[in-house]
Amino acid sequence: MPHDNPSPAEAASAAAPRFAAAQETKRQRTRLIIRAAGMLPVLLLLCIGFHLLSDGRFFTGQNLGIVLQQAAVNTVLAAGMTFVILTGGIDLSVGSILAAAAMAGLIVSKFPDLGPLWLPAAVLTGLVIGVINGALIALLRLPPFIVTLGSLTAVRGLARLLGADTTVFNPSIPYAFIGNGSLTLLPGVVSIPWLSVIALLVILGSWLVLRRTVLGVHIYAVGGNESAARLAGIKVWAVLIFVYGVSGLLAGLGGAMQAARLYAANGLQLGQSYELDAITAVILGGTSFVGGIGSIWGTLVGALIIAVLSNGLILTGVSDVWQYVIKGLVIIGAVALDRYRLQGSART
Amino acid sequence: MGDPILEMRRVSKSFFSIKALRNVDLTVYPGEIHALMGENGAGKSTLMKILSGAYRPDPGGEIRIEGKPVRIDGPLGGRAAGISIIYQELSLAPNLSVAENIYLGREISHSGLLARGAMRAGVGPMLERLGADFAPSTLVAHLSMGQRQLVEIARALHARSKILIMDEPTTALSAGESERLFALIRQLRAEGLAIIYISHRMDEVYALGDRVTVLRDGALVGSLDKPQIRADTIVRLMVGREVSSFYKKEHDPQARLGPPVLAAVDITDGRRVKGCSLTVHAGEVVGLAGLIGAGRTELAHLIIGASPKTSGHVELEGRAVTIRTPGEALDAGIAYLTEDRKALGLFLDMSCLDNINLAMLGRDAKLGCMLDRDKARDRANKAFAALGIRAADVGVTAGGLSGGNQQKVLLSRLLATTPKVLILDEPTRGVDVGAKSEIYSIIDNLAKSGTAILVISSDLPEVIGICDRVIVMRAGRIAGEMRRAATSPLSQEDIMALATGMEQLDAS
Repeated sequence: MPHDNPSPAEAASAAAPRFAAAQETKRQRTRLIIRAAGMLPVLLLLCIGFHLLSDGRFFTGQNLGIVLQQAAVNTVLAAGMTFVILTGGIDLSVGSILAAAAMAGLIVSKFPDLGPLWLPAAVLTGLVIGVINGALIALLRLPPFIVTLGSLTAVRGLARLLGADTTVFNPSIPYAFIGNGSLTLLPGVVSIPWLSVIALLVILGSWLVLRRTVLGVHIYAVGGNESAARLAGIKVWAVLIFVYGVSGLLAGLGGAMQAARLYAANGLQLGQSYELDAITAVILGGTSFVGGIGSIWGTLVGALIIAVLSNGLILTGVSDVWQYVIKGLVIIGAVALDRYRLQGSART
Repeated sequence: MGDPILEMRRVSKSFFSIKALRNVDLTVYPGEIHALMGENGAGKSTLMKILSGAYRPDPGGEIRIEGKPVRIDGPLGGRAAGISIIYQELSLAPNLSVAENIYLGREISHSGLLARGAMRAGVGPMLERLGADFAPSTLVAHLSMGQRQLVEIARALHARSKILIMDEPTTALSAGESERLFALIRQLRAEGLAIIYISHRMDEVYALGDRVTVLRDGALVGSLDKPQIRADTIVRLMVGREVSSFYKKEHDPQARLGPPVLAAVDITDGRRVKGCSLTVHAGEVVGLAGLIGAGRTELAHLIIGASPKTSGHVELEGRAVTIRTPGEALDAGIAYLTEDRKALGLFLDMSCLDNINLAMLGRDAKLGCMLDRDKARDRANKAFAALGIRAADVGVTAGGLSGGNQQKVLLSRLLATTPKVLILDEPTRGVDVGAKSEIYSIIDNLAKSGTAILVISSDLPEVIGICDRVIVMRAGRIAGEMRRAATSPLSQEDIMALATGMEQLDAS
């Protein structure tokens, strides 16, 4: 509630609004902190709850390693999804891209001379498909939902085509350590699976791009108000191709991670409905579905919640059927809680 | 004058410790148009929301309707008490028909099935009485803004409202539509309705108001009856100080008219703009006047490359430049302030800092792509100081600011690029009186420092107050041009004559 050039006589009455403005910023800041912390309390509560329910089997070095490893691929996919959803879009094709990239990688790995190139081949496959998605959306102005729904199906077919609809094995695939090895920090005490290290590096890289580069601000701007971004001189088409390209590239990386872990890939089964877990992680992380609001840290927390939930339900001996029901309800409940807490302060 | 229909006594409203409304007394009689004025944040919308039931007033106050104390609870409470509000952003469903909108929430049904025919028949006479030129079955999406307003009024009357509150109803209307709306408002007054009319525009208050009540900082500072309604009195009440020179104009381009900076030559888009040429010199403020729909905004969009030209070109300082996107226009030195800052200008969820720096991020970047955050903060702080933007911190989100401050934030983004040409589209729309005056002095200072400025405005006193030269558009073409001279100031009548095509009638 600003006022214009208050005269001395008005200073008293103007002090109140100024105080109010200061209070308003304070409130805004608290809100920001709450938003940033977001689902972290939920994650911690889940961890503690499962620890108690499983007679202390959750917080063990071995189990935490398993959780981190299980969260890794989804974290990588969800990081790419965060870029896309921040622009107000969606990428339904990441699961299929993951499968196609893993297939491409394994096939390349079987060539004696090209073997070590399988990793870049997988990542590049993802990037190319992602850029095609982005070009269709940015240049032909097609809705992201429809474009990526189409490529969800088409790329799945491509993945099956690559291996002639069979499973491709390579027990001696190069760089297999990224799938199953661990980075030892303190010999014999602390080690982190390489998959988790990669996931963490992807999160850090995403944070750097989103928060420290010009492109990052442009991504938020396109998601916040696309027409205004266009008038402000931002190349909206380039931003869109970039985010779908990143999403494809990270799906390709996810495919490489899966291939290294399994020494095998199957175009039909690999990555089925992974896009749903990735979208869930982003939404749990507090990123707005209409774009413009959200953070990569929230996505990390969201991906961890999903992994902890799967792991904890297995530890506590819940049957596979009920795991689905409980997971679904927890997701709805957590987001409902989030909205309730932030009522009035945010769009969804 | 009879008994008042609405009496508010000692009505207050606080949010936490902040008093948004302090002991306001308001009396409204049937058959009067009661204008409510005040700067943004003065408490007008809080007052309205109390009457509509969106807010509960603090205990201690009293609201009487036709002498009986009432409690207005919830959004339906206002309707039940006979109060209807027509908001600035109309609340119609564009995908439904006129009749369905009027009956929204009170649909007629026969044994569970919607009776569309009965609903259409029910609203027919009402629409006729209001002078509607569309059928009850028309989709609202196909109506103009003026026609939609009429549907809103019909909906209020259909709910048998006795008090009609209108919040800046002419913001989106053309001059002709506004005139028709005024006639309708007068008709409703004659039928005994009480109308509370909220507006920033002095000419409307003159034309319509039987009484004017002014709010400032949540308190009622004065009520004026018809004979006392004068612009300077109202402005003094609103801002709490004398407004000696509202339109600041200290520079004199005649003294040393700079070289031509912007020349648009024969610009055409094949639809709304037909072969328009204009020139703006350094240090000159040129007004672009005309009726709504004359193609002024479209012309600006063509100049900055926001929409494609079919022919014509733009020259900057004598050289032809190729501009295909707004980004290229900014790079060339042409900045455009949009008329719709919320939809096309600002990023409401982003901080003022980001909003101000957005156009400069690329040029400031370290290593080609990394943000220079110190530089950005420094620029935002300087902009806050230079333009007098009032917010607690450059980090607050732009959406939380008042209209005037939002406009200044947007203006700061453009000025950061140090443009040679500034195109301002309705620079003071939805901005309170104090900020208006400040924006005028910003424009004046920019002109003094040699910027070429093109101001698109529908506010004729503003055009006359700040411009050196006025170009008038009519139906996609340049209809004429007039220059301010020492002996003959610009006149509203001349501009209107050009804008409406009256001068042709005179000539023939």
